[in-house]
This record gives sequence, C-alpha cells and structure tokens, in this order.
Amino acid sequence: MTLLVVDRLTKHFGGVAAARDVSFTLAAGEMLAIIGPNGAGKSTTFNMVGGQLKPDSGTVTLAGAPIAGLPARAIWRSGVGRTFQVAQTFVSMTVAENVQMALVSRFGRSRSLLADARALYRDEALVLLGEVGMRPGADRPVSELAYGDVKRVELAVALASSPKLLLMDEPTAGMAPRERSGLMALTARVARQQGIGVLYTEHDMDAVFGHADRVLVLVRGEVIAAGAPEEIRANALVKQVYLGEAGARAALEARRKAVA
Amino acid sequence: MDPAFLVLQSLSGLASASSLFVIASGLTIVFGVTRIVNFAHGSFYMLGAYIAVTVVPRLLDLSYSPAAFFLGVLISALVVGLIGVAVEVLLLRRIYRVPELFQLLATFGIVLVVEDLVLKVWGPVDLAGPRAPALRHGVEIMGQRFPAYELVLIGVGPLVLGLLWLLMHRTRFGVLIRAATQDRDMVGALGVNQARLFTLTLFLGASLAGLGGALQIPRVPANSHMDLAVITDAFVVTVIGGMGSVPGAFLAALLIGQLQAFGILVFPKATLVLVFALMAVVLVVKPWGLLGRPEAGSGRVLPPEGILALRRFRPPEAALAAVAVAALLALPLLGDAYKVKVATEILIFALAAFSLQFLVGVGGLVSFGHAAYFGLGAYAAGLLVTGPLKAPMALALLAAPLAAGAGAALFGFFIVRLSGIYLAMLTLAFAQIVYAVCFQWVEVTGGDNGVVGVWPAPWAANRTVYFYLVAAVALCAILGLRRMIYAPFGYTLRAARDSATRAEAIGLGVRAHRWLAFTLAGAAAGLAGGLYAFQKGSIDPTLTAIPLSIDLLVMVLVGGIQTVMGPLVGAAFFHALKDAVMPLTEFWRLLLGLAIIATVLAFPRGLAGAADAIRGRMGRAKPAAASA
Repeated sequence: MTLLVVDRLTKHFGGVAAARDVSFTLAAGEMLAIIGPNGAGKSTTFNMVGGQLKPDSGTVTLAGAPIAGLPARAIWRSGVGRTFQVAQTFVSMTVAENVQMALVSRFGRSRSLLADARALYRDEALVLLGEVGMRPGADRPVSELAYGDVKRVELAVALASSPKLLLMDEPTAGMAPRERSGLMALTARVARQQGIGVLYTEHDMDAVFGHADRVLVLVRGEVIAAGAPEEIRANALVKQVYLGEAGARAALEARRKAVA
Repeated sequence: MDPAFLVLQSLSGLASASSLFVIASGLTIVFGVTRIVNFAHGSFYMLGAYIAVTVVPRLLDLSYSPAAFFLGVLISALVVGLIGVAVEVLLLRRIYRVPELFQLLATFGIVLVVEDLVLKVWGPVDLAGPRAPALRHGVEIMGQRFPAYELVLIGVGPLVLGLLWLLMHRTRFGVLIRAATQDRDMVGALGVNQARLFTLTLFLGASLAGLGGALQIPRVPANSHMDLAVITDAFVVTVIGGMGSVPGAFLAALLIGQLQAFGILVFPKATLVLVFALMAVVLVVKPWGLLGRPEAGSGRVLPPEGILALRRFRPPEAALAAVAVAALLALPLLGDAYKVKVATEILIFALAAFSLQFLVGVGGLVSFGHAAYFGLGAYAAGLLVTGPLKAPMALALLAAPLAAGAGAALFGFFIVRLSGIYLAMLTLAFAQIVYAVCFQWVEVTGGDNGVVGVWPAPWAANRTVYFYLVAAVALCAILGLRRMIYAPFGYTLRAARDSATRAEAIGLGVRAHRWLAFTLAGAAAGLAGGLYAFQKGSIDPTLTAIPLSIDLLVMVLVGGIQTVMGPLVGAAFFHALKDAVMPLTEFWRLLLGLAIIATVLAFPRGLAGAADAIRGRMGRAKPAAASA
C-alpha cells in the first residue's frame, strides 16, 4: 500500500536549486533511505515533507491527503513523526517528560491549566521508552544523556503520536558504531511491527545498505538513481559521483551482513 | 493645504530625522559588533548635551564664531567617546557572554548611575545652550522663515552617513566592524584582537551619541530626562531599520521624521502612538527590520535562560513557606500602620513580579514592558471608580485584569511573532504606547498628574482590612499561576522555549501558547495594578513607565530567574530595601544602578539561585565524601 507520494518537489534558495523535481513513493512498513553527498538536498527534501520548509512547487500526499506547504504541526497531526539531524529535545525536562509532552499534544491537553503534568500520561510514556530501551533512564534529565541515548529518546517522542510516517534525518550521526546498528535495527523492527513507513537520510553505509528496503540517490538537488540496495550498489553512476571505491566496498559488506 | 507649509513641515521632519539618525547610527553599530542593546546610549546622548552646554560657551567667549561652536560640539562628542571607552573596559567587556536580559539590565544600571551623577554635577535645573553664531536667524523659504540651524542639521545626517560609509569601506577598522556584524565568532577565529575592536566600536558609538546630544543644545535645553526620552526613539529607529544596519537606520529615521512632522497635523494627540504602531507593522511584515538580516546562528546550543528543573517543595521548604505566609498574615497584629502599608505593596509587587517570571522564566519571553499591563490594570480600576460610572471597588478590581488581559492579548498578538532581542524591543515599544496614551490623553487620564481619589470601598478602607484583601487576592493569584507552571500548559511553554522546532514537530503551536501566556501574565499584572491603585489612592503615568518595568525585572533577577518562587523573595527584598534606603539618600538611583551591575556580575542566578547552588554543592559533597 502506497503511504507517501512525493511528486516533483522543488525548492530554490536564492539562485541555488536545493531540490529539483524530486519524486518518489514510500509504502507502509517500508524503509526508504535517501543518500547523497553533502549539499545534495537531502535535508531540504526532508524539511519539505516534514513542514519545516515550504516547497516552491510540487506535491506531497500522505495516505491520500495533500500535505505540502502545511505548517509542521498540521503535518504532525496528519500522521508524520520525525527526528532531527541535530537532536531536538526539551533540555529542561526529564526523559519521561519529553515523551509525556508528545502525549499531552496528541491528546490535546497542552492548554490544560490545572492538571499535574508530571503524572499525566506517565505510564504510556514509560511503555514507549521501554520500546526504545530507555525505560531505566526515564527520570534522568535529558540534558545529561549521552548523544546516542538522546537519539533514542527522540525516536520515542516521534513514535508517541502513533505516526504513519517516520522521518529521520541522519538518525545515527554522532553515535558510536555499535549504537548505530542497534538504533537502526530497533527502528526497522518497530516500523515492520506497526506498519510505519520510514524515510531516512544517512551517510553511514551500514545504516543504509544494512536496513533500507529501497535507496534513493540525490545529487545537486536531483534524483539520479532509485532502487533496491543491490541495484544502487552496482549502479556505475552512483559509484562515480557518490560512493567511490571505498564506499562501494563498505556497501557490499553491509549488504552481506544484512543478508546473512 | 498651503504648499509652502507642507514643504516647511517636511523640512523640519528632515531635521529631526537627521538628529535621530546620528544617535541611532551609534546604537546600531555598537549592537552589530557587540550584540549588546545598550540602554546607556541615551546617557551618552545626555552627557553630550550637558558637556556641550558647559564647553561651547567657553569657546564662544574666546572667539564668537561658528567654527568655535562646532569645535565645541566635536570636543563634546570626543569626550563622550572616551566615557564610552571607560564603560566598555569597566563593564561591557565582562558581560559579552552573559544572556541578553542581564546585558540589558546592566546597561540600564549605567543609565541610573549617570542620571544621578548628572544631577549631582549639573543640578536639577534645565540648562539652555548657546545658539550657533551666524545661524541664529531664519532663512526665507517659499515666503516662510525657516531656522538656519535646522538647515545645517538636515545636512549633518547625510554627512555622517557618508563619513560612516567611508569608514566602513575604506579603513581596516570599518571592514572589521562590518565583518563582526555579520559573524562575530568568525572574526574572533581569524585572530582579530576583539578587545580592541570592541573598545574602538564603543568609542565610535558613544561619540555619535555625544555628537547627537551636543548638536541639540540650540534646540532643547540639557535636562536629566533626555536619556530615556531619546533611547526609546533610537531603539525604534534601529529596530525598524534592522539592528546593525547603518543605512537601515538612516531610512528609518527619515520615515519617522516625516511621520512625526505630518502625523502631528492629523493626530495631534497621538504622535507617539503613530511611531510605535509603525514599528509594530514593520516588525510583523519584516521581522528583522527594513534592511536587517536574520541573526546567523553560531551553531552553539545554549541552555535556555529561565526555570530549568521543576521540583516540588521539600518538607523544610514547605515549612519555610508556611512560616513566611503566617508571619505575613500576622503582621497587622504586630506592626504599625506603616509596616502594613509596605507589606501590602510587597504583596502587590510579588504578584506582578511573579506574573513576569511566568513570561520570562517559564516562557522565555523577555518582556521589557511589563509595567504596561500593571498600569493598564491600575488605570482601568482607577478610572472606573473616579469616572462618570463611579463603579464600586469590586467591579473595578474585576475590570483591572480584564482590561490588562485585553491589552496584553492585543499587543501579544504581534509580540509572539518575534523572539529574542526584537521581542524585548517590541514589548518596550508597546509599553511606551501605553505610557504615551496615559500621558497625552489628558481629558480622560489626567495626563502627567493622573487621577486622585481612588479609594477602596468603605468596608475595605481600613488599612488592615485592605491588607487582608490584597493578601487573599494576591496569594490566590500567585498560587494559581504556580499551578499553571506545573500543569501541561506551563510545560508546553517551557517546551516551546527549549526547542520551538521540536514543539512544532509534535503538534504544539508555539505562537498560540505564547499568546495565551502573554494574555494570562498581562491579566495577572493588571490585577496587581488594580490593587495598587486602591492602595496608593491615585494613578499616574509612572505606573506604566520604563523604570517600573525595570524594577519588576530586577525583582525577578534578584530572586533568581531559574527558580519558581524566587521572584517573590526578590520582590520582598527589593521593595523593602527601596523603602528603607530611598528616604536616607538622594542617590537611590545611583545605588540601585550599582547594585544591578554588581548583581549581574556576581550572581547572574539571583539570590534564590545562589542559595540553590550552595545547597547543591553541599548536597553533592556528601555522597562524594561517603564514596571516597
């Protein structure tokens, strides 16, 4: 079932085309990775789908409803959860409170003036934190966590609204190698279980070729290739402009591990 | 209308635009490089005028010529420039890395110090300056006489603009100023001697303010109120033009000069309102001003300034709070009438300061005009009971928060569209609108004198009864606001402050919640204002003025911006101190200014914050010792 349809999305910054006619689709439960060199337009594409940027032209359709150009919170309401390249959390709160805020928003209680926020939806938040393996640290201030754990908390926050689509902008950037594969495996498991479509960007070959169902390659704002990881790895053009020899080798190894 | 009249009106608009630009250009250059919004710029302007009225007549005694006059003006400007250097080296240099709120307060501390020093040195009487030789007469323009000196002023603006352009594009110092305005960290990383750059920038900025002041002496006598009067105008010009942009300041000064010159014909009573309304419109359409640019984020993620961790009262703290409330309530039984009066005022200011903390500490919205809502409440209550309605006190006290809340909702609609320093400037501008209305709309508000005879209802006329009424209302309101801080709404405000991006990405509308918070805090401040009107028996424009806004900020700062209850301690401490010290000295402002500066330098987290830190150190020391 097609969940997300992105059609000819375009964005210019001054004279620079950050994204030009970017089109792709994503099915429920599928993991789609966007790769490409720095400045290829990955984050721009992402932010247009997530509502942080308004596209100049093009459409985004989520489960049949047009969402391009809507503000971020409207896009969230239509079923999109996301994490950011530089993790965005509420640094004055604990881990549990960060997740509770997402639940407060989901259940429309953010204007409540009298309820006790610390107890509200705490149990639900702890369940979500259990899913990402952060249950033991629930009462620690999020500002004290290691970066890898912050990324897990962000994932729990994004999952709190039971999204149909999860956007993850460089989910493993800044993490230790062991943590990376753990987070990606966790994401893949949750996505398959709950039928969530996952769109993510990555520079880490393991994260891309080890976990993606399909890969999209962006260069200078344009899609130059799309397909199964196997095809992308073998694609001569992709090898030439992005992967290079070392990248192709890393991709091959990642693929072997994933298949094994 | 007579064309000659329009031309002359326009020329006088150009003359004031020119003067305004000279002052504002200094402010905008200093902001561009140091990122400090310098309240003391108005003091530099005032010092320029005072020094010029002292120096210029001496020079004219030696040689009665235009050259001597303008030499005197230049000397005054340079002396003020040196004072600016002293301020940079002694104070500003130490606070570049301090949060904006504290920088603003520290520079306001300088304003207070300079005001008292000026009064001490030059006395309280306005000092008229000499007129410029050979420029004393009028020039005939289209059959009407126009002052020759004003024509010279019209030329000064473009001249300064041209000289600044040369400086910025033809000298190394100017190139560094432009570079630092775009990216201060990068300039530092390239090995530029920042300390010297900043000192020279302050010299330039202060000289321009001094020049602006010195040029005014033939038009307005030097007086001790000119600092705050000019600083709000200069803020408006820099904000409309775009902070850090000199051409923007020029454009904005021209706009405002013409708006004032012609606005006075259309709305003679509302000139001030027009200027601030222009600013509000510009900021909503172009949030960074006409020629300003959005601040290039340096990539550093700073911890938010305000309440970081919410926790309940621990048993000893709950006991302490209970004792404090009990002691307060027992006060009328023990103390005399005067103590009851002071305690009533403390309760009122505690509520006002707490409502400000709700905005600043919880919402991250630094309001520099919270007195506006306090004043709106006071005026609503005062005018209702004294006006044609002769409403009862209970109704007036109900109307106070409603009127202030309505005002806060109106202004807040614009304010929540901005953030950081622009937001602070807009709150200040709106507060000045309220002040201007109270001051200029004499028929209704009584103008400068205000309205007297705002007395409580007969049943509450007794000081002790009124004290208990205030205690009941204020404590309930404080507890209510406190509850909101711990409720999802308060958490949502903190969430929006911590990361607006994340908040929006989980569906929380940042602006809508901030708007609601602004309205609520305004209403609470208005309630405090209403209570204050009956306590004092009168209302006047000082209840809406900048010094009261600053007093409230100082209460929050002294109490500790990171604590929930600290502002109450701050209000009690500050008001009691003010009450005890003010009658003893003619230098209250000087002392207050020095105290603000010292607090910013020594305890940026306030009294309650310092207590927290000490407790934290002791608490942490114990387990460490046990494990060692």
